[in-house]
This record gives sequence, structure tokens and C-alpha cells, in this order.
Amino acid sequence: MESILSKYIKVSPNEVKVWFKAASVGDFHENGGACVKYRDKQIAVFNFKRKGQWFACQNLCPHKMEMVLSRGMLGDENGIPKIACPMHKKTFSLETGENLNGDLDAIATYPVKIENDFVYIGFSE
Amino acid sequence: MKTIIVVGNGMVGYKFCEKFISKKGSENYKLIVFGEEPRPAYDRVHLSEFFENEDAKALELAPVSWYVDNNIDLITNERVTDIHRSGKTITTAKEREFSYDYLVLATGSVPFVPPIKGVEKEGVFVYRTIEDLEGMLAYAAKLKKTKPNAKAAVLGGGLLGLEAGKAVMDMGLEPHVVEFAPKLMPRQLDSRSSKVLQLKLESIGINIHLSKATNQILGNGTITGMEFGEDDTLNVDMLVVSAGIRPRDEIAKTCDLEMGVRGGIVVNNKMQTSDEAIYAIGEVALYNQMIYGLVAPGYEMAEVAAEHILGKDTVMSSEIDMSTKLKLIGVDVASFGEPFMPAAKGHSILFEDKTKSLYKRINVSHDGKKLLGGILVGDATDYNMLHQIYLNGMAIPENPEDLIIGARGEGGASFGSAMDLPDTAQICSCENVTKGTICGVIENGSCENFAEVAKCTKASTSCGGCKPMVVDLVNETLKSLGKEVKNSVCEHFDYTRQELYGIIKVKRLTSFDETLDACGKGDGCEVCKPVVAAIFASLYMDTANKEDVIQDSNDKFLANIQRNGTYSVVPRIPGGEITPEKLIIIGEVGKKYNLYTKITGGQRIDLFGAELNDLPAIWKELIDGGFESGHAYGKALRTVKSCVGSTWCRYGLDESVSFAIELEERYKGLRSPHKLKGGVSGCIRECAEARGKDFGVIAVEGGWNLYVCGNGGATPKHALLLTEKVDNETCIKYLDRFLMYYIRTAAPLMRTAAWLDKLEGGMEQLKKIVVKDSLNIADELEREMQFLVDAYECEWKQAIENENTKKRFNHFVNSDDRDDNLVFVPMREQKMPEHWGN
Ligand code: SRM
Ligand SMILES: Cc1cc2nc3c(=O)[nH]c(=O)nc-3n(C[C@H](O)[C@H](O)[C@H](O)COP(=O)(O)OP(=O)(O)OC[C@H]3O[C@@H](n4cnc5c(N)ncnc54)[C@H](O)[C@@H]3O)c2cc1C
Ligand code: SF4
Ligand code: FES
Repeated sequence: MESILSKYIKVSPNEVKVWFKAASVGDFHENGGACVKYRDKQIAVFNFKRKGQWFACQNLCPHKMEMVLSRGMLGDENGIPKIACPMHKKTFSLETGENLNGDLDAIATYPVKIENDFVYIGFSE
Repeated sequence: MKTIIVVGNGMVGYKFCEKFISKKGSENYKLIVFGEEPRPAYDRVHLSEFFENEDAKALELAPVSWYVDNNIDLITNERVTDIHRSGKTITTAKEREFSYDYLVLATGSVPFVPPIKGVEKEGVFVYRTIEDLEGMLAYAAKLKKTKPNAKAAVLGGGLLGLEAGKAVMDMGLEPHVVEFAPKLMPRQLDSRSSKVLQLKLESIGINIHLSKATNQILGNGTITGMEFGEDDTLNVDMLVVSAGIRPRDEIAKTCDLEMGVRGGIVVNNKMQTSDEAIYAIGEVALYNQMIYGLVAPGYEMAEVAAEHILGKDTVMSSEIDMSTKLKLIGVDVASFGEPFMPAAKGHSILFEDKTKSLYKRINVSHDGKKLLGGILVGDATDYNMLHQIYLNGMAIPENPEDLIIGARGEGGASFGSAMDLPDTAQICSCENVTKGTICGVIENGSCENFAEVAKCTKASTSCGGCKPMVVDLVNETLKSLGKEVKNSVCEHFDYTRQELYGIIKVKRLTSFDETLDACGKGDGCEVCKPVVAAIFASLYMDTANKEDVIQDSNDKFLANIQRNGTYSVVPRIPGGEITPEKLIIIGEVGKKYNLYTKITGGQRIDLFGAELNDLPAIWKELIDGGFESGHAYGKALRTVKSCVGSTWCRYGLDESVSFAIELEERYKGLRSPHKLKGGVSGCIRECAEARGKDFGVIAVEGGWNLYVCGNGGATPKHALLLTEKVDNETCIKYLDRFLMYYIRTAAPLMRTAAWLDKLEGGMEQLKKIVVKDSLNIADELEREMQFLVDAYECEWKQAIENENTKKRFNHFVNSDDRDDNLVFVPMREQKMPEHWGN
């Protein structure tokens, strides 16, 4: 189990080596999430339309190690954009990955950029 | 700068630090804390929660950073081995030496393991630390692999033993509790209450063995059983010893501090040991010749020691309150004050109802003026109030029995509200917070709701037992100040669900963003989104397809998410009636998609383990076969259960199946604050368990009796009679009004029974509104319901007919691959998800 988790490491914008072209903007629900496959990774991508921002994080919820975060609910807590896991509603900041309502380890977040109506996710390898 | 060394970083040692640093003068002291355990202090009282989430961090009392921030040196994983009083130093197991000005011993206790032959065998555990629990979990997991029906026993039927019994049961082992005494919780309960408790525990599956002295533990290296008498044995595969505690006083022996004959470090009422510079607090301290195995006295000791070191002369209360409440869910047991009453001091009043597993006893002084103690089993809701009356020596009613059976003629117990308590009444005994403090912070405006009060006074932050009372105090105080008591939805909406329902209706808002802009703030969250979605559904019959991103987890995919992220499929089978042809269709779908199938408790069939990608195809086949969504995923009407009724049954007075189908067809898809269930029985034998439902109809001579506001589940309640002997049409009319009124006014996730509890005027009032139309809204309610009934559409049919909606069931946006993270294991002739490893 630990080994799946170790695949996901936070990538900061300045560490991006590969911009992976995931899908077109229209494939993503407004104010919702979808899951992108990149090699052997599952990345949850969110089109936070209300904030006018895009976010990406690991699809794996560190609580019970299930690949479900993309199916969760978007929201904010005191202005911090967050995702609530559909299983037990643990919430994670989409900015820092921090678990906002518990003491779980932070999840990995990834940079997202939109170019020519396509969604790109930044990876360091 | 003086140095205080605290030995032991458990609950009380931690509390000492917390209290000490908050006091004036503490800046002149340096705190060094030694803990033998690998992690900083955690909440032992809620240790059993570790089984639910295995989240050690969640139990932590404060993170390591807290110690750093407060300039406390925390040294974990290092045991203090010796005290050298003459030079005021200590040495540790790592042979390091430290000097102190004051020493505080908070070394707690260890479980007492009786010297029974064989207790050292593998598979025998104690229940005290996180490591103990990890050991038990690992062992239980190993056991279950080779032996699915493995059994575990707990030695000791006290407060802790019962908790351990529940814990082994939750681990999936067959639980047995073995007690030496002829009754359970011998220190807190009398024989009759113990009997009631025993029946209750047995009914939830815990086996109880009383009057058993264990001679030896059987097994060859590994435990296989326990032997009581010669031919009296119990086969078990694991044992948890919970036979009392022994203070960890070994360190005092190294320096000749005065000790009790049976252990414990003797302290005076300032918590000083026989050496003035050394204090002992918590479960290691022998005060009044007693060891107190509870946190509340330990916390008071921490307070006294902290104050005394800083030069104040606070002293320990001379009488320690040992009142306790068992923490097992669904098993209410509490005892307070003097549970057993010596006839010389007063007399007892007992109330027992075996059919309801209820036992209440109060002990009253001879003059009938004071409550001296008592026992509650089966229903401990009045514990907090009775405990307060006892603690504060408050006056009791002329007929003391009113305290437990309620004043005759009216419902409810006969003491007033928590507001009647004196300001000095200690509401939270763990954190020592009085009523005056709680009401005070509201009155002076520093707090506005329960959460803020808990944060600023710490009330309810330890064991949580006083929470209902604190909530009452907060709400009552707010009311008395003319402030509204707000149960606002969340930080995004300053309104209750009922208010929000009204606003959305009046302004005809139809999307979540529109609603936020009109009356909310921020971007919404997992609390308000589903609430708003449900309101749209109740007002406009919007299905979950319309705005899928604001739906709750299950509604979003029109299926219940399972443990491994797969889904379940529940087609509607109205009234439980199904043709052989349709059974075959379900069977074929199950086979084709390799689904686990099970008959549910709601008289229909659930197919589990469907992958997200397969859901549309599965539903297409079901819909083509004539099925519809069963809304098993929604806060919506689930099922209307039926018994076979007069069509076949020789006792049946009416056609219960036909009526159940009619009702289920009428209300299918109806979304509500919580789920709704119905039942129709053909006679009062009640084979459909209709009175265990939100609405239940029972055929009697002359028509249908309609009962409402019942449920099974966590807090079972029987539905109450709303009207008698009505025909089908009248029954539906009243049901329309009742359901619509509930939908309009209930709080989110409030079932009908809880809603009725909160409804001012209760059942009488509900009858007036529904039957007599006292609010003059019956027409409107009926019209609204008819609109919803007419607007019904099967949302699964909608979903598969629309290519765009169908897309949300793909696991990936950029690939047709399936989730490769899924692992199923075989189970009997079907399959199940792999167990959660963490
Ligand atoms: C499948 C089923 C168990 C079974 O195998 O028999 C079941 C399964 C679940 N029940 Fe239930 N309940 C099932 C009948 C019941 C019953 C019995 C009944 O309906 O007669 C009860 C007690 C009666 C009652 O509700 O009053 C029941 C009381 C609960 C409760 C407690 C509700 C309460 O108010 O205390 C929950 C939790 C909740 O809803 O918040 C719950 C929740 C759940 C959930 C939805 C938990 C979850 O969120 O995942 C389960 C998932 C179902 C799934 O994945 O498909 N289930 N559940 C039954 C489905 C019936 C159906 O055909 O729709
Ligand atoms: C499962 C369970 C449920 C409970 N439920 C309740 C309840 O509902 N209500 C209630 O009031 N109480 C309850 N209790 C009891 C409560 O947990 C104790 O009263 C409380 O923890 C006592 O605190 P303490 O600090 O004295 O001891 P502890 O919390 O045991 O702390 C002592 C610490 O000192 C360490 N230590 C010992 N010797 C040394 C040494 N020489 N050097 C360094 N460190 C040392 C130990 O390793 C330990 O970490 C429960 C206990 C358990 C186990
Ligand atoms: S009782 Fe209901 S909720 Fe609980 S495990 Fe069984 S199915 Fe799930
Ligand atoms: S699996 Fe995500 S919160 Fe439990």
C-alpha cells in the first residue's frame, strides 16, 4: 500500500519538466473533477470554474488508499479551495494538499495550465 | 530559572503541562517531560476509536510542535529509571542524568495481569496503549485468515472489559466476556441492572460468562482456550486481559518514597509525596488511600500540583466523584454518586421494564430531599441532569420517583432545564468548566455558538459526555438574550435548511451558483451543496443529473459508492413484488457483470461491485427489462415494505401488497431531508414491520391505521398513530400532507422521528396540522406533492439516454482504461473487495 502512495510527490511550478496534454477543456465538468491517466499514475483534475482556477492532485485518498478523489466535491473553507473525498469526506486543500479536517498526510498537488483549449498537467518526470 | 521534570507523558502528565504553562509565573520555570512511549501523549479514553480508523494522530492531545512552541522539552521513548533525592537528579534508561527543582510523577498505571497459569501464551493481550491495539489487530487479522469464525475472550467484565469486548467484536471475532464476580461492572452496578445490561449485550452479540474463575490458559505456546473448572472450558483464539490496574510506582521504590500497602505513591491534598519537592498525580497517586482510574480526578490533581508549585494553596477535593457512563454505542449504562445504598443512609426507588431492557434506580436520603446516587441502564439520557442534581445537592421533587418515570400525566422527566442549575455546577468534569463559565462567555459576547464555546472554555473537548448539556446551555442562554439560535447550514449560508428552502422557493433559484450569489458567500462545500441539491429536488423534482457536481457522493453517480470505490446497483422492486421473468433479468445482469448479489433488508436485490464504467451498460439492460432506479443512493423514498396481506394470508384484512405498491409508485424518487421508508401490513401481526418506518400503514377492521415517524437504524423508534380506520384515498391525502410538511421544515439529515422530537407540541401538534389543517396549508401541501408526483422521471433512464451525462461514468477522461487499482477476493461463491489494509 505504501508503495502506491510513494508514487505521488508534490510538483511545484518551477520543478515541471513535462507538461502532459491531458484532454480538452470541454471534457471537464464545470466545478467538478475528472481523473487523468498519466503513465501508471491517476491524477484528479478540477475545473474550479467559480474561482476561475484549475487544480490537480493525486486521485488516491490517503485515508483508505482508494482512487476516488476526482469523484469528490469541490468547495472552499475560509477561502481555501478544497476537495472532499466521496468516501468519508476528508477534505484537502487544493493549494497545499494539506488535510483540513484531520491529521492525514498531505496529498500531492500538481500544476495545471490551459493552452489553446487544452488542459496540461505538470510533472517532474 | 527553576526546572520541573515531569515523568510520564500520558493524559495527566500532558494536562499538567497544559495547565502549568497557562498560569502566571510559569515563565520562571523550565519544563522537561519524559515519556516512555514512542509518541507524545494521546487520548487513552478514546483509545477504542483507533479500531475504527487506525489513526494514531487523531488521538494525539497535542502535536510535537506544541511542546516546542511552548518551550517544553519533550523526550519520548526514554524511561526514567532512578530518582536520586539527595542530589535532586534523575537518571534514564539511556543512562542520562538530569537535575530538577521539582519532580512530578505522572507514570500512570499498567493493566493488572492475574498470575494465571499460561497467561504468557501467544494471543494474550492487555488493553492500554496504541501498541497493544496494533498487536491485537495484527493478531486478529492473522487469525481470521486461517479461521473465519475465530473467538476472542476478554477477562474482566468491568467498564474497560466491556469496551474491549466491543472492540474484539468490531474486529470480526466472536466476542466473549468472562467475569469472576456474579455480575457485570461489579463496582458500578447492582445485580438487577447487571442482568438488564447482560441481556442487552447478548442481544448485540457479546457472550457473557459470569462467576467464572479462570484456572489456566490452555494451548501449546499459543492460546486455544480458558479453563474454569475441571470440565468447564471455553475455546478461544485470543484473550484480552482487563482485570483492573496497578499503579506504575516502581520508580518510587528506587528512592524510598512512602507507598501504599497495595502500591501507589502516597500523596497529601496538595499532591505532594513524602518528599516535598516530588509530586505524584494521575493513576499512580494514592490519595485518600485510593487509586482513581478516571481522567477527571487526574486532571484535578494536575491543576492542584501546578498551582501548588506556583505558590498557591489550592487543595484537592476531599470527596472524589466516581460517576461514570459506559461509552459503547447503543448500550446506555451510567452510575453516579452512591450506586448501592446502605439502608442506614436512605432508600432506593427502582424502575424496571424487562421488555425494553430498561432499569433505573435512584437513591434518596431518608428525608426525601437529596439525591445520593443511582444507576441507569438502557436509557441514560437523563444521566447528565441527575448527575448535576446529585453533585449540587439540588432540591428534588416531592415525589422523587418523578425523576425517573416522569411526572404522571405529562411526558418527560420532571426536572427543569439545565438553566435551573446553579452557576457553580460543574458541567464538564474533565475540564472543570462550570455552568457560569459557559453561560458567561455567551452573555459577554465572546462566543456565539457551541463550537466557539468548546474552543474557548474547553468544555466537551475531552470525553464529550457533557456535550448535550453544553449545547442546551448555549442555546438557552442565546434565547434568553433574545438572540436567535442558528443551526445555519455551514460557513457559506447563514440560514437554516428551512430558511434556505423558503428563499430558494420564493426567489425561484434554480442553480447552485445562483443561490450562492443570492444568499450565500464563498464557493460552497460538501455540506451545503447536497443540501441545496436536495431542496431543488424537493421543489422542482430536479433529478441528480441536472447539476451533478453539487450532488452528494452517491447521488452524483446514481449509485452507492462501496468500500473499494466500486458501486452498487439497486433496481426498484415496489412492495417487494417481482415476477420470475424479472428475477431472471437481474440474475443475468449479475452474471454478465460479475456482481455480488444479495437480498437487502428492504425487500429487494442489491448488486454490488459494479465498476464506474459499467454502470450505464448495466442500467441499460435493467431498464430495457422494465426496471427503474431504486434510489437506494438518495436521501429519498427507498422502499415501501409489504407483507403478503389478504391476497394469500388467512389473517389479512386488506391487500397490503397492492397498497404498498401504490404508495411506492406514488412517492418514488421523492427527495427529502433524509431517506424515507414505508411499510404496509395486512393486520396487526405486522409482518411488514410498518411501525419501524417513517410511515407505516396497518389494516384493521374498518380501514387503515396510519402511523408516522418511526425508524430502525441507530436509534430505533416505533411510529406513532396519526389517524385511524381511514380508506386508501384519505390515507394518501394525509400522507401527502405529512411528507410535504416534513420536507419543508426538517433540518438536513434529520429522519422523521428526530424531527417529531423537535417539533413543538409533538404528535398532538402534528395531528392538528395534518388532520385538522390548523395552519390552513393542507391544500398547498397536497398540491405541491401532486406536482412532484407528476414530475417524476427515472433518473437512470435520463442518464443513459444522454451522451453527455453518460460521460461522467468514465473512470478516466483521457483513456478508456479501467481503474487498475481494484482488487477483489473470492467469498463463498461470489466476490468481495480486498480488506482495507490501513
Ligand atoms: C443494502 C442494505 C443492507 C442489506 O444488505 O440488507 C443497506 C445498506 C446500506 N445502508 Fe441501510 N441498508 C439496508 C436496509 C436498511 C434498513 C432496513 C430496512 O430498510 O427495513 C435499515 C433500518 C431501518 C431504517 O432505516 O429506519 C437501515 C438503516 C441504515 C442507516 C441508519 C438510519 C438511521 O436513521 O439511523 C444508515 C445510515 C444513514 O442513512 O445515514 C444506512 C445506510 C446504508 C448505506 C447506504 C451506507 C452507505 O452510505 O454506504 C448502505 C449502502 C447500500 C448500498 O451500497 O447499496 N442504513 N438500512 C439495505 C438496503 C435496503 C434497500 O433495499 O434499499
Ligand atoms: C481503553 C481505555 C478506556 C478508558 N476510558 C475511560 C473513560 O471513559 N473515562 C475515564 O475517566 N477514564 C478512562 N480511562 C482511564 C484513563 O485513560 C486514565 O485514567 C488516564 O489515562 C490516566 O492518566 P495518567 O497520565 O495517570 O496515566 P497514562 O495515561 O497511562 O500515562 C502514563 C504515561 O507515563 C509513562 N511512563 C510510565 N512510567 C514511566 C517512566 N518511568 N518514565 C517515563 N515515562 C513513564 C507511560 O508509558 C504512560 O505513557 C480509560 C483507559 C483505557 C485504557
Ligand atoms: S448495517 Fe447497513 S450501514 Fe451498517 S454495515 Fe450493514 S449495510 Fe452497511
Ligand atoms: S477514503 Fe477518502 S476519506 Fe476515507
